[in-house]
Amino acid sequence: MGTEPIEAWGPALALLPSLVAAGLIRLSSRRPALREAWSLIASAAQAAAVFSLVPAAAGGAVVQTTLIELAPGIPLLLRVDALGSVFAALASGLWVLTTVYSIGYVRSLQEHAQTRYFFCFALCLFAAVGVAFAGNLLTFFLFYEILTVSTYPLVVHKQTGAAVRAGRMYLAYTLTAGVALLTAVALTQALAGTTEFRPGGILPGTLPIGTLWALLGLFVLGVGVKAAVMPLHSWLPVAMIAPTPVSALLHAVAVVKAGVFGVVRVVGYVVGPDLLEGLGASSLLAWLAAGTILGASLLALTQDNLKRLLAFSTISQLSYIVLGAALGTPSGLAGAIQHIVNHGVTKITLFFCAGAIYVASGRESVSQLAGIGRRMPVTMGAFAVAALGISGLPPASGFLSKWYLIRGALEADQWPFALVLLVSSLLNLAYFVPIIISAFFGSPEEAGGVAEAPATLLVPIVLTGAASVLLGMAPDAPVAFLSLASGAAAAILGAP
Amino acid sequence: MLLDHLPALLAVVPLVAALALPLAGAVRPRLVYPLAVGAGAVTAVLSLLTLERVLTRGVMRYHVGGWPPPWGIELVVDHLSAFVALTVSGLVALALLYAGPAVRSGTAGSPSPFFALALLYLASLMGIVVAGDLFNLFVFLEVASIASYALVASGGGRALMAAFRYILLGTVGASFYLLGVGHLYLLTGTLNMADLSQRLPELGASRVLLVAVGFLVIGLGIKMALVPLHGWLPDAYTYAPPAVTALIAPVTTKVAAYALARVLFSVLGAPAALAGIPLMSVLAWAGGAAILVGGVLAIRQNDLRRLLAYSSVSQVGYIALGIGLANRPALAGAYLHILNHAMMKGCLFFAAGAVAARLGGSALTDLRLMHRRMPVTTACIVVAALSMIGIPPAGGFFSKWYLLVGALEAGHTLLAGVIVGGGLLAAAYMFKVLEHACLARPDAAGHASDESPGGRAEAPAAMLIPLVALSVGIVAVGIWSAPIVSGVLWFAAAAGLE
Amino acid sequence: MTEFLAYAVERYTYWAYVALMLIGFYAMIAHGNLLKKLIGMNIFQTAIILFFLSISAKRGATLPIIPPEAGELVVAPPHFMNPLPHALMLTAIVVMVGTLGVALAVLIKIHRTYRTFEEDVILRQT
Repeated sequence: MGTEPIEAWGPALALLPSLVAAGLIRLSSRRPALREAWSLIASAAQAAAVFSLVPAAAGGAVVQTTLIELAPGIPLLLRVDALGSVFAALASGLWVLTTVYSIGYVRSLQEHAQTRYFFCFALCLFAAVGVAFAGNLLTFFLFYEILTVSTYPLVVHKQTGAAVRAGRMYLAYTLTAGVALLTAVALTQALAGTTEFRPGGILPGTLPIGTLWALLGLFVLGVGVKAAVMPLHSWLPVAMIAPTPVSALLHAVAVVKAGVFGVVRVVGYVVGPDLLEGLGASSLLAWLAAGTILGASLLALTQDNLKRLLAFSTISQLSYIVLGAALGTPSGLAGAIQHIVNHGVTKITLFFCAGAIYVASGRESVSQLAGIGRRMPVTMGAFAVAALGISGLPPASGFLSKWYLIRGALEADQWPFALVLLVSSLLNLAYFVPIIISAFFGSPEEAGGVAEAPATLLVPIVLTGAASVLLGMAPDAPVAFLSLASGAAAAILGAP
Repeated sequence: MLLDHLPALLAVVPLVAALALPLAGAVRPRLVYPLAVGAGAVTAVLSLLTLERVLTRGVMRYHVGGWPPPWGIELVVDHLSAFVALTVSGLVALALLYAGPAVRSGTAGSPSPFFALALLYLASLMGIVVAGDLFNLFVFLEVASIASYALVASGGGRALMAAFRYILLGTVGASFYLLGVGHLYLLTGTLNMADLSQRLPELGASRVLLVAVGFLVIGLGIKMALVPLHGWLPDAYTYAPPAVTALIAPVTTKVAAYALARVLFSVLGAPAALAGIPLMSVLAWAGGAAILVGGVLAIRQNDLRRLLAYSSVSQVGYIALGIGLANRPALAGAYLHILNHAMMKGCLFFAAGAVAARLGGSALTDLRLMHRRMPVTTACIVVAALSMIGIPPAGGFFSKWYLLVGALEAGHTLLAGVIVGGGLLAAAYMFKVLEHACLARPDAAGHASDESPGGRAEAPAAMLIPLVALSVGIVAVGIWSAPIVSGVLWFAAAAGLE
Repeated sequence: MTEFLAYAVERYTYWAYVALMLIGFYAMIAHGNLLKKLIGMNIFQTAIILFFLSISAKRGATLPIIPPEAGELVVAPPHFMNPLPHALMLTAIVVMVGTLGVALAVLIKIHRTYRTFEEDVILRQT
């Protein structure tokens, strides 16, 4: 990586819309239409700003904004590189669609506390893009914690006893993780003298083994909770009590992806794949991920609540990314980074569908879905495409990243992991296919007088479904995700 | 040049105002409140000027009456004193403004005595901060205590017993401190801090010195409510009138912590061990214990003010821990936490007072529907809570960061764990508050239109302005913590470690 | 043993103040009566005053007042008691009287409210 970072205001400006929107939304609490307008405008502005940064990042340039000092010698550094822009583009792009979907959802269900809802949503996106653009560990931690805290009101949105308990569990997990991460950040500063991300890592290899393991443990705990690596995953299914758009964008994309993004950041830019390999930690991490992939898939088979099933599927898929990062081969890393996008787009489609079904029929269980495909063909059609995509079948994009990951496993001469990926695909099919079959081939009478959800819900579903197919067909077409992923992988591994 | 008298003016201005206030009150009762707030504000401005002068011209030494030390009384303002003086006077000025509505409605005693005592309290706190010798520090410490005993007792009822217990323990603390001072005098024949710091190293460790330090640390430990010497604090903070708690809670323990740092670093030169006793480590561990004990006890409380009182016990532990670690980042963190904790605890006790005034009590169950009826107050509580837990960019995070870096630098891994673990305890008790304040269901159906105000009941502007100012300040201090640390606290910490 | 005795006897003023302190401390802790606690506190404080005064005392020394007619020769520190602790204690006594005053005022209010000084009775009422 010979490119010097370019100082510019772009990264800071890309972060601004959501923060400003949060303030405006709070101020217009009495005027729902205005509030929704702010959300829409901000999401569009943020997406545009982030996308405008992508071409440079895809070309290998690094753009950064150095803001105030957080601590002596550690600035608030926003840096757009290939890896960061993948996550930022994903989160901000899907925020636009989720906003449209949210508006339809909260209107249909006449949700309470809508101001708080949209306010926190905007803050979450601010934090997610901040996590993506963080140029050093302290900045990363800052946004990571903002993300944790601003998600909490969304988890407890329903304000029932169960929601409050879920909120407590969510906080217990994520704040504990935050504490571990903070310790790791401070330790890194003490050991390496810097917290600035650098491709290939910043930790000197001369440190005592015990210290390194302790640091790794703290990092894994710190980012592993949001990445829902087993056994740190329990909060995710419980947090599904949140409104569906929250589950869709945050618990399938922004929050959990911040976790796996953190894994890739830490592995690639703090610890470095070489050191990880040298410690023997990479295979441990890989096995942890493999265990999660299979374990969560098996647990998903036993779920009846559709959102919980999707949550376990998410846990399983997230560990694909962890696995790819742990493998540390060019294809593995590229696959992992791509999977951040591919899984995000497909999983949000599935959650959108679950939400649409809930809005249209009030149903939340898998067993109640018989025949619903005849009544809601568009929704269930998108569901089928996305579900097959997640399982690794074309045309949706899941198969691409999975292909890369398998190649990555073989590159590393680790055929067991390739096998794990294949078995997982079969398990995915095992829990998705019955849903699809019963939805389309069950008798329509069972579905009753259900009809398609309103257009504000349907349009995002169709768009995300289409996007996942498009990403499968032409991975570089809308945003250069494939080149970004390969570029990031090459940067981490030091290839030209 | 009037500005040359700044160190003396810091204490003299509020003192004169405290004496003049009852007279003014006898003639024009309505003048009392504006006069008191004005005196507080002037003191705060003087503190700011002092800080500015210290930053540009270095340490200020002021000889009262022109008598040079060691014969005369010396006032010394260095980076640390100026910083603490600004923190204390700023907080007290806001608390005076805040107290207006409560005093007018009669819940904090009658105006003249309350404001006169409050200004006397401020004057003596400033005296502690600028004192250049140990005996004057004692006198100011006791005057401040006497004022706060009387203020706490003004609540009547259960506050009386709390005040009496506070008097007994506070007096024991002061007596221990005085005894320690006596032993140091016995040893060196001087009470001037600068003088002492020169002579003590020549004398080396002795049993008398050990006794002296022991008494000093225990005495100040009681004043700063360091576990296990915190017994007076919870009742006093809980049962005192809300306006009084808002006045004394943010600053009392912090000024005692300042005095401890002063004695340990400016007088004793931070001895790592004294006659085989690892003094500083003991202090650091006591701080760690305070963080945990205070935090756990806070979680168990069901009354907002009592919970906050135990939280104070916990947060003071951070300051003690930083002082005990005695390296540059940790000390900077401890000093920054003096400011941060003063602001967040001020903000929270201001909010608790507003809640008590508007919602009829400070039990956590009284907070139901608070987010609807008092949205601004609730927002301020949220900000202060995030600072307490240590979520950036709120100020509390940054003091913790420096403490953490300091603990790792000193090789105290376990204490580093306590520092961050304390944040989790804070999360547990602050989210307990937030759950009651924000998440109680408005009605069974739950689909009520949330935009209907449902009887707004915000506190009057005089209470709300200080509250909002502090919550904005918490975030501002967080964002600009690096300049504060590198511009002021780095020097303060370094001066103590020379 | 004799050494210790000699040591103890030599510093008998210190033992006196330590004994007074302990008596005061005991009264503050052990007595249930608030007034007795306060008396204990006062004894405790007085012990410290005595300690300070004992610092200044010297065998065969006189008051630190130098008559104007005395020449330079007479002024030798061993001949005079140290005046500083006395001055300090005057201030300390004032402070302690202040504390005592506030404490008594609080006790009067406690008695008006609860009609008793017994701690356990009061705590039962609250």
